[in-house]
Amino acid sequence: MSKVNELFNNELKVINIGLKAFAESLKLTGYKVINVDWNPPAYGEEIESAFEKFNEIVLNKKVDVESANKEAFQRLINSRPKIVGMGKAIDLIPNMKKNMLLHAGPPISWDRMCGPMRGAVIGAILYEGWAKTEDEAERLAASGEIEFSPCHHHQATGPMAGVYSPSMPVFELVNETYGNKAYTNMNEGLGKVLRMGAFSPDVISRLKWMESELYPVLARAIEYLGSIDLKNIFAQALHMGDEGHNRNRAGTSLLFRQLAPAIVKTTNDPDAVERVLKFIDGNDHFFLNLSMSAAKVSLDAARNIEGSTMVVVMARNGTDFGIQVSGLGDTWFTVPAEVPPNALYFPGFTKDDANPDIGDSSITETAGWGGFAIASAPAIVQFTGGTPMEAVNKTKLMYEITIGENNTYQIPYLNFRGTPTGIDIKLVVEKGIPPFIDTGIAHKKPGIGQVGAGLVDAPIEVFKKAFLAFVQKYS
Amino acid sequence: MPVKGIVKKGAYYDSVTLMLVARDATKLDGIEDVALMMGTLQNKSILETSNMLLQEFKDAQDNDLLIAVKGGSEELVEKALKEIEKLLSKGKSSEESQSDFVPRSLESALKVMNDANLVLISVAGKYAGDEAIKALRNGLHVMIFSDNVPKEKALLAKQIGYEKGLLVMGPDCGTAIINGAPLGFSNVVERGDIGIVSAAGTGLQEVSSIISNNGGGISQAIGTGGIDMKDYYGGLSFLTGLRALIDDPQTKVITLISKPPSEIVLKKLKDTLKTTNKPVVGCFLGADESVVKDLGALPAKTLEEAALLSVSLSKGIPFESFKKEIDEREITIKKEAEELAEKVKQGRKYFRGLFQGGTLAYETELILTEMLGKIYSNVPLKEEFRLKDSWKSEKHTIVDLGEDEFTVGRPHPQIDFQLRNKRILEEAKDSEVALIYLDLVIGYGTNMHPIEDFVPTIEEVTKNGEVIVMVNVTGTDKDPQDKKAIMKALRDAGAVVYDRNAYATKVAGNVIKLIGA
Repeated sequence: MSKVNELFNNELKVINIGLKAFAESLKLTGYKVINVDWNPPAYGEEIESAFEKFNEIVLNKKVDVESANKEAFQRLINSRPKIVGMGKAIDLIPNMKKNMLLHAGPPISWDRMCGPMRGAVIGAILYEGWAKTEDEAERLAASGEIEFSPCHHHQATGPMAGVYSPSMPVFELVNETYGNKAYTNMNEGLGKVLRMGAFSPDVISRLKWMESELYPVLARAIEYLGSIDLKNIFAQALHMGDEGHNRNRAGTSLLFRQLAPAIVKTTNDPDAVERVLKFIDGNDHFFLNLSMSAAKVSLDAARNIEGSTMVVVMARNGTDFGIQVSGLGDTWFTVPAEVPPNALYFPGFTKDDANPDIGDSSITETAGWGGFAIASAPAIVQFTGGTPMEAVNKTKLMYEITIGENNTYQIPYLNFRGTPTGIDIKLVVEKGIPPFIDTGIAHKKPGIGQVGAGLVDAPIEVFKKAFLAFVQKYS
Repeated sequence: MPVKGIVKKGAYYDSVTLMLVARDATKLDGIEDVALMMGTLQNKSILETSNMLLQEFKDAQDNDLLIAVKGGSEELVEKALKEIEKLLSKGKSSEESQSDFVPRSLESALKVMNDANLVLISVAGKYAGDEAIKALRNGLHVMIFSDNVPKEKALLAKQIGYEKGLLVMGPDCGTAIINGAPLGFSNVVERGDIGIVSAAGTGLQEVSSIISNNGGGISQAIGTGGIDMKDYYGGLSFLTGLRALIDDPQTKVITLISKPPSEIVLKKLKDTLKTTNKPVVGCFLGADESVVKDLGALPAKTLEEAALLSVSLSKGIPFESFKKEIDEREITIKKEAEELAEKVKQGRKYFRGLFQGGTLAYETELILTEMLGKIYSNVPLKEEFRLKDSWKSEKHTIVDLGEDEFTVGRPHPQIDFQLRNKRILEEAKDSEVALIYLDLVIGYGTNMHPIEDFVPTIEEVTKNGEVIVMVNVTGTDKDPQDKKAIMKALRDAGAVVYDRNAYATKVAGNVIKLIGA
């Protein structure tokens, strides 16, 4: 039977793209129809001709984009991040130098750094003892004697300002499947913290305590445990209402359950045990840095795959928003970062106080969690006065721009569908749908700290830039 | 009069939604004109001609929404702009927050409905081809309602469809009825054993409606769009549809509707028709009977005849009885024409036809050319009778308002009556015009409120009793607009009302002849 005759013999099921009235006619007359909320592609001539060239690349098989993306996606989802140990940044982080500070986002010089990042740099200088006062620290930062380098260049990620100094303790993660490593510092908690640009004495003394007591206690416990499987923890956390970015309550609790007996076993001082366990228990975001690092170590395994249009980094330094793409090596594509338009501010603060988007935490969205998994975390949509239905729709929208669905990280509400994973720059540009990011908001002046949290769309222009570069490289 | 406007970047709405909001907004206090359009080049030139192209609109892109308001005072205009934003957001927000997820692309719609089998595409022509090709690559049949699809894209879609054995209806396919479902503009017809393939959109609506109104029923009605019969496309869609009807056990009678096909297409049709014993009715408007007979099909001169002949074959009623009815009607037609001619004021002599439906315009043009001679048109039978300006009539004139010069940037005239209403009033002011002929095509997809949107204009024209207004309604009693009520309202408004285009046209032709004599 011909396909047209098959159509005559089957129930008609229509997808309507265009005038909504046509879908309504079918609905009214009892036929099955789905309406597509179609939007014309948001691009001009330059991108239009880039799409033509892209089609030529695919047609002439100059590079097999589809299988390259499949490969990148498989590596991303097959990754298994584990914590394997701890140490000092200077000892563990590749190419870390004695006079170096790492920071979030794409590369940036002192003169272009935003307020909170300058604040964190000042704090880190005071923490290292390279200067005694704020003024001294500022002068040193501006002197050129300190080398600034993005965390991402050192297999690390930092939330918000993301500043690492040489003597800070870090976790070491390994990707069990592919053997690559990643590093992350410990989360300090909420409010007035270094990563938000605060550097008052209490901030520095907390960091000192983390170095002198928290770090050795945790290091011994991890050594005792051998390793901690973060893939398991995160898969469970998603089922418990986390999305691994703005909500980490379940992840932190699950980690706590693994650490606690080992800490008790390996630390003799009950007061120290109490302080450490209370600190982790009192900071819902303790898991955030590990979640980010797990995303980083998984995405790094998918870097440098010839012909892949998959995004491997989205990161902001508070001045620029930058991305890196698997098939485009280590090149950064950047545009100015924006102040999140949908946000909730702490009492006493408004949008006027907010710094533009900052931090490496968008690595979680890049890996398919965070904003992409927000359907799993209905509790946090209240951040912006949204509804759980909106959260579900946000996640569903992200399936439009991703290569596939994760086989381990699932969303219960969506019938355990895997999270939308592997952002494809081509799909983002073609459909005009920007990736969706959960984010914290820092005060634009150094030294003040967090003022709110909210939701933000990644700027679509940066994906256009990358797409143009991709077409140019492979044409 | 002050004009103000705003650009909403990246806010896309389809043209029908915008029309509805604009219509509501024009009713606001002190507002003269409202334009809501996406910022395409064509729309910008439309705004320019109506002096509403504001400086800030010039850099707008295809997916930026332009809103311009002209009104009595700055204050009123500002107020209207705010009101328009409210009207727009009402639609969007209720959809987004209350309803379930709405997919943004074909791929994601397929994830929700993985057993979909047909995609109906009505996005702007320059994007429609790509959407169609995507659908075909996914093994789905398509109907492309959009016009202005680039030639190469349209051909590629048809070729992919032909190779894969998939139906590609369109581009520029206004109507189809598949498994009883109304697609695009279409009427609610009885189901039955008559299968139609049509390269003429309103032709298909007229034929399927008359069939249904006269005791017959439709198995499948496949539209192909007029361009399909051109050599460049080689009738690929038409042939796929015809073959499917030949193989369809539910179809006993096959009816073909088109303008005269090219030689190449005719040859392919002939070969295909050899493979069936089913009776086939051929209505190639304007072609010689012999062309149809040569295919082994039964010729029908008008859409009405094609419909009635199909019903007679389907019901086993001798066609002669219908033929007799049509022949005897000539007397009735003359009588009706005589009565009407008496009402025409001295000195008025011209026919003016303003059409929503291309095929209906064409059929009327054929009949009147035979009866009256020269008919000017924006779609003339002969190039020498082309209107110098589509917006201005000359002598006897037929205007197809579905042509590009009228539809770019606005909804089809079967949805939006504003443009034709304006034109009707202009024609009535011309002291040489005797008869204004109008079609009204109802059914799903078309304007749902013709009584509200159309009848008041008729009333305005007929009130001084100088011009005859004739309206032919294409549709069925089961259509959602209530055909009976519409016909009554039109009669009450002073129009002469019919529901078969060929019949109505003949009456009109006779009126003009009588006045001229």
